[in-house]
Amino acid sequence: MSLLQTNHLSKTYLDNGVATDALKDVSLSINAGEFVAIMGPSGSGKSTLLHILGFLDRESGGEYLFAGEKFSTLPDDELARIRNQKLGFVFQSFNLLPHFSVLENVMLPLMYSEVPESEWRKKAEKAIEQVLLTHRKDYPAIQLSGGEKQRVAIARALVTDPAVIFADEPTGNLDSKSGQAIMEILEKLNTAGRTIILITHETYTAEHAGRIIRLLDGQVESDTKVENRRKAKEGFVK
Amino acid sequence: MTKITMTFKNSLKTALGGLHSNKSRSALTILGIVIGITAIMLVLSLGMGAQNLILSQVQGMGSKTIVAVPGRQPSGPSDFANVFLDSLKERDLRSLQSKANVPNAEDIMPIMFGTVKLYYQNETYQATVLGGGNEETNNVMGKIFDIYPEVGTFFTAADVQSKASVVVIGDKVREHLFGATIDPLGKKIRIKDKAFQVIGVLGKKGQVSFFNFDDMVLAPYTTVGQYLLGRKYFDRIIVSASSEDKIRQSVEDIRMTLRMNHNITDTTKDDFFVETQADLAARLKTITTALTLFLSAVAGISLFVGGVGIMNIMLVSVTERTREIGLRKALGATNRDILMQFLLESMLLTSLGGLVGITLGSSLSFVISFIIAKFALATWSFSFPYLGAALGLGVSVIIGLVFGLYPARKASQKAPIEALRYE
Repeated sequence: MSLLQTNHLSKTYLDNGVATDALKDVSLSINAGEFVAIMGPSGSGKSTLLHILGFLDRESGGEYLFAGEKFSTLPDDELARIRNQKLGFVFQSFNLLPHFSVLENVMLPLMYSEVPESEWRKKAEKAIEQVLLTHRKDYPAIQLSGGEKQRVAIARALVTDPAVIFADEPTGNLDSKSGQAIMEILEKLNTAGRTIILITHETYTAEHAGRIIRLLDGQVESDTKVENRRKAKEGFVK
Repeated sequence: MTKITMTFKNSLKTALGGLHSNKSRSALTILGIVIGITAIMLVLSLGMGAQNLILSQVQGMGSKTIVAVPGRQPSGPSDFANVFLDSLKERDLRSLQSKANVPNAEDIMPIMFGTVKLYYQNETYQATVLGGGNEETNNVMGKIFDIYPEVGTFFTAADVQSKASVVVIGDKVREHLFGATIDPLGKKIRIKDKAFQVIGVLGKKGQVSFFNFDDMVLAPYTTVGQYLLGRKYFDRIIVSASSEDKIRQSVEDIRMTLRMNHNITDTTKDDFFVETQADLAARLKTITTALTLFLSAVAGISLFVGGVGIMNIMLVSVTERTREIGLRKALGATNRDILMQFLLESMLLTSLGGLVGITLGSSLSFVISFIIAKFALATWSFSFPYLGAALGLGVSVIIGLVFGLYPARKASQKAPIEALRYE
């Protein structure tokens, strides 16, 4: 059974009274454990698709099923709870709280969860260990390098043990060496069974995934399996 | 009702973190609140000081004291009761002294006062002459005002009867006329072409019961009326009741007696009024309270302005932290969590401002009280307005709540994607 499924999904924005179709008739299905890259030039609707799949926004037409259930009609607070429990987000610009420590940043999703406070530290430390930043856990985020910041962001996405991790251009602001480290971590998480959805406009980065969905003008242009997956270990060139 | 997922403790931590990362701005933001609360603390503290001072003055005359005042009782602040100022005369004094009229009166003394020039050899000095005493009891003036000469004696009932030219002088009068070297006892000073013998000298008294005895000359009222002021009516008749529980009755007795003397049947046409020390204290307290309230209201305006400042800065902060809000929402914060975070931040800000204001205001009023006590009024005392402090803190928290609500609501209603997209 597919974990994420959209049927004839569409999204229309009203901008100063003018309707713009950001997504038109998008139907796709992603299974648990897949590593999918969503590609497309800017304006193709890939971010809009990510927002709807990540319950940060609601569709205008069609339907979106998560684990077979339709959630998008629930009130905001329910969606917040689903984001908190089931999804993890990694953004291009990291979005850490600069004056808080690595540990505090990683604990942030737990503050909004039902996880008892006594377990926060342990869970956060485990997530930090997975991104190999244990030696930095008490540093304020502002003192970290770009690559380290993104690793903290991944740890933050991991800490609630979500079903899916959405990574929106995670290497976009990084040099190739840091980018390689990030891709390695994402690969490792996927190998361990986690579903990863990667948004990128770089073919090179997308080829780390097992499947590439290309969007153009709000529609699915192609949906292909990657024959020769790149391994981040073999080098990451931008 | 939706559940608030974040615990209060963690909201507090988050809010503190938010303020911490913007230290200098936070400090500037609370300035308005600091100034407002400081002003209120100052007003309340000094107001209390003034009130205590006035009350101690009133009580200095003794709680059993009843005062009959000529003229109509002022009915309001704009009513200057300046008619019938000559309504209390010798005849009224005699009637009041009769045990048949006022059975519970212990001491009765008329007073009259005016400004006179004093001469001693080449020295002159302007002072207030206070006529008092009565024809029956020695030393009644000292007893009623609780003042006694440091050297020499008070005038006697016989002095009052004979309109003797004797005076008791205050400390400042002595200093100006006689200096440090001359012993004033037995010396003659001249007032209005009449020689008066100094029979007593008061020590340094300061302010007692609204009279500054240091700057006064005390003489038998008979002498003062005839030779110095040239009039036969009194400025006050002071009666002390035999005990506290006889005050009410005595007040009534005095009223009845005076009305009978003045042929008054309609009590609204009284040409005098009778006041107890308790009445006086209550009236003065009303006045100082009204003044304190008025000044506090003025300070309250600065609090309001401070609140608007808080709202302004919180709105800027919400806009600036749009990304943070979006991130928190993406990670699972509910609208309510965000609302609470920003509300707590503004309440923390204002209560911090309140605490600083309370500290600053009370330290300032302590210093001011110290200066007043040192250089002007020795009896002034500093009092910490506990009620004012509690009120100030409460008001600051409420300001944070009221003026933080709008920005916090704005923050909580931001859509997560709008917030994340914001650069």
